[in-house]
Amino acid sequence: MATREVISTGNELSALAAKDAGCRFFGGYPITPSSEVMHEMSDLMPEVGGVCIQMEDEIAGVAAAIGAGMAGVRTMTATSGPGISLKAENLGLAQMAEVPLVVVNVMRGGPSTGLPTRVSQGDVRQAKNPSHGDYRSITLCAGSLAECYTETVRAFNLADRFMQPVFVLLDETIGHMHGKAMLPTEEEVAQGIVPRKTFDGAPEDYLPYQCEQDQPAVLNPMFKGYRYHFTGLHHDAKGFPTEEIETCRKLIQRLEDKVMMHTDEIELNEEFMLDDMTGAEGEVLIIAYGSVSLAAKEAIRHLRAQGIKAGLFRPITLWPSPAESIKKYTDMIKNVLCVELNIRQYTEEIERVSGRLDLEGLYKVNGRPISPYEIVNKVKEVF
Amino acid sequence: MAFNYDKYLRLEKMPTLWCWGCGDGVILKAFVRAIDKLNIDPNDVCVVSGIGCSGRFSSYVDFNTVHTTHGRTVAFATGIKLMHPDKYVICVAGDGDGLAIGGNHTIHGCRRNIDITMILINNFIYGLTNSQTSPTTPQGMWTVSQKSGNIDPTFNATNLAIASGASFVARETMLDPKKLEKVFVKAIEHRGFAFLDIMSNCHINLGRKNKMANAMENLGWIDSITTPLKKWEALSDEEKLNVFPTGILKEDTTAREYCDMYQDVIDFHQGKRKTITQDDFAKKI
Repeated sequence: MATREVISTGNELSALAAKDAGCRFFGGYPITPSSEVMHEMSDLMPEVGGVCIQMEDEIAGVAAAIGAGMAGVRTMTATSGPGISLKAENLGLAQMAEVPLVVVNVMRGGPSTGLPTRVSQGDVRQAKNPSHGDYRSITLCAGSLAECYTETVRAFNLADRFMQPVFVLLDETIGHMHGKAMLPTEEEVAQGIVPRKTFDGAPEDYLPYQCEQDQPAVLNPMFKGYRYHFTGLHHDAKGFPTEEIETCRKLIQRLEDKVMMHTDEIELNEEFMLDDMTGAEGEVLIIAYGSVSLAAKEAIRHLRAQGIKAGLFRPITLWPSPAESIKKYTDMIKNVLCVELNIRQYTEEIERVSGRLDLEGLYKVNGRPISPYEIVNKVKEVF
Repeated sequence: MAFNYDKYLRLEKMPTLWCWGCGDGVILKAFVRAIDKLNIDPNDVCVVSGIGCSGRFSSYVDFNTVHTTHGRTVAFATGIKLMHPDKYVICVAGDGDGLAIGGNHTIHGCRRNIDITMILINNFIYGLTNSQTSPTTPQGMWTVSQKSGNIDPTFNATNLAIASGASFVARETMLDPKKLEKVFVKAIEHRGFAFLDIMSNCHINLGRKNKMANAMENLGWIDSITTPLKKWEALSDEEKLNVFPTGILKEDTTAREYCDMYQDVIDFHQGKRKTITQDDFAKKI
C-alpha cells in the first residue's frame, strides 16, 4: 500500500478524509470540541467546488447536509454530544427516508453542557439510537490519528452502501491530538469509493423503495428525470405516505434487516496481543475503544513486561456490535476488564453479547483521559 | 381552453386529504399554473414541505419532492439549492411550521437571500392537529389550547421577512387565484429569497369556534383584514392595526443572491480572485 505521511490533528484528518472520499457538502454549526472539522471543511470544500456552510443552528446544519444528500452528493456534518441531541429528529428522517450522510461526533463530557473542552466517551449509547423509532445505527470509532482518516472514508462508503447516516465517533483527546499519521494516498481512496446504487431504467418503472427485504432503497440523484418523494412518514415503494399494514411492517423490518443481515460488511476490530492467548489461568483481556485504547496498549506492554499476559480487543465498529468476536474472547479468557470514559455504556453491550455478568470495569467520568498506569493498577487490583 | 393540471399532478394521490373548501388546493393550482406559465421543466423543480396540512402539498405535485420534519423546510432546501444553484427550489410551509418551530430557519433563509421561494400558507391556526394557537392566530380567538381566548400577540410574517433581509416579499390571499398565480411567477423568477405570506382559510379548525364555520364566512373575514398596499398606505395608523397590506411589499433586484456569493468563495479558494473584503459590499455593517 502506498502511503503518505501527514502531520495533523484528528479533527483535521477527518475533514481531509471527507474531501478525499468525495464529500462535496458540509453543513455545520460551531461546537467544541468539533469545530475544527468545519474550519477545515470551509477550505477544503470550495477548493474542490463543493460547499461548506455554517448554518443558523445544529438542526439546520444536519438538515442542509441531508438536503444535499437527497440531491445526490456525498455529505457530512460534524458536532459534539449536545449537537447530536439537537440533530436527533432529522437523523431519524435520514434513517426513515434512507439518505446517506456521515456524522462526525467529537465527544465531550455530558450530560447537558457538561465539560465542553474535556474528553469523554459519553455518547456511545446515544449513537446507537439518537432518535425515536426502530432502526439500526452504524457507528465507527477511531482509535488513532490515522483512523480518524480511514474510518471517515469507510463511513462514506458504508453510508452509500446502506443508505443511511453513519456515525464516526472521535473524542476530544483524539480530535485535538496533533501528530504524525500514515495515510493511504488520495488515489487509493478514490479507487476504493463505492458510490450509491442508482436506477437507470425508464422513470415510469422507478420504485425507489421497492427492494429486497435485506437491501436499502435505491435513490437516484435529484433533477435527473426521476421524480419521486422523500418523507419521514411510513411510505410505499414509490416513497408516498401509506398506512397499509403490511407495507408499514415490511418497511421498518427492512430498516433493521438491511443492516443486521450484513454485519460482516460493517464489522471491524483490532486484536492487539491476543494471538498468543490460550485461555490459561491469569490471562487478562482488556476491551476498550477510541482514544482509551492507546492507553490500554501502553498498559498491556507494561503488564507483559511484569509477567502478566494481557491483550486488547478493540471494536472499531461499535454499532452494530461485533457480538461473535467479543464472545469468542470472553468465552476463552476469564479475566476481562472493560475500560471506558463513561459509566458502563459499552460494557452493558459486552455483558449482553457475552452472557457474562462478572466483567471488571474501569470507568472514568471526570473529563480526563485514562493513563496507562491506571489500567495497570486496576488489573493488578482486581485479578 | 381550460388549463390542464394533470401533467403536474400525481393523480393517483387524489383526492387530497384537505377538507372541503380548504384554500390549499387553490394555492396548489395557482402554483402549478405559474410553473406552466414560466415553461419550467418539472424535472428542474424541487418542492420541499414541512409538517401540517401544507406538508402534504409536496406529495400531490409531480416534481422532485421532499416532505421534511416540522419547520425545517428552508434548512433542507438550502442544502439542495447550494448543490444545484440553477434549479428551482420551492418551500411550502404553514404558519406554525415557518413561524413557530421553524422561525429561525425562515429568518436566516431571508438573511442569506438564498434563491428559494418560500410559500407560507397562513391559515391562522394549527389545522391538522385540531385548532391549537399558531403565531398568527388573532388575539381573542378561541383555540383548543386557549379556550378562554388567545392572549398571545401575533406575528406579521412579511414584516419579519423584510426585517430579516428577504429581497422579495409579498402577501396575497387565496381569494384571488389570478393574483396568486402572478405573484408566484414573479417570486419564482426573482433571484434571491422570495417570501410569500399566502393567507388561506381553515373554516373547520379556526372558523367553527370563531363564528365563521363555513368557508364563505372564513373567506369574508380574510377579505375584511386585507387590502391592496396602495389602499393600505392611505389608512390611518389606527386602521392599519387591523388590516394587512397585500401585493408586492418589497422587491430588491440588486441584493446579491447567496449561491452567487458562494461562487466568490469557491473562486477565492481556487485562486481565481482575491480575498473577499468589506469593499465588495455596499452595506458594511
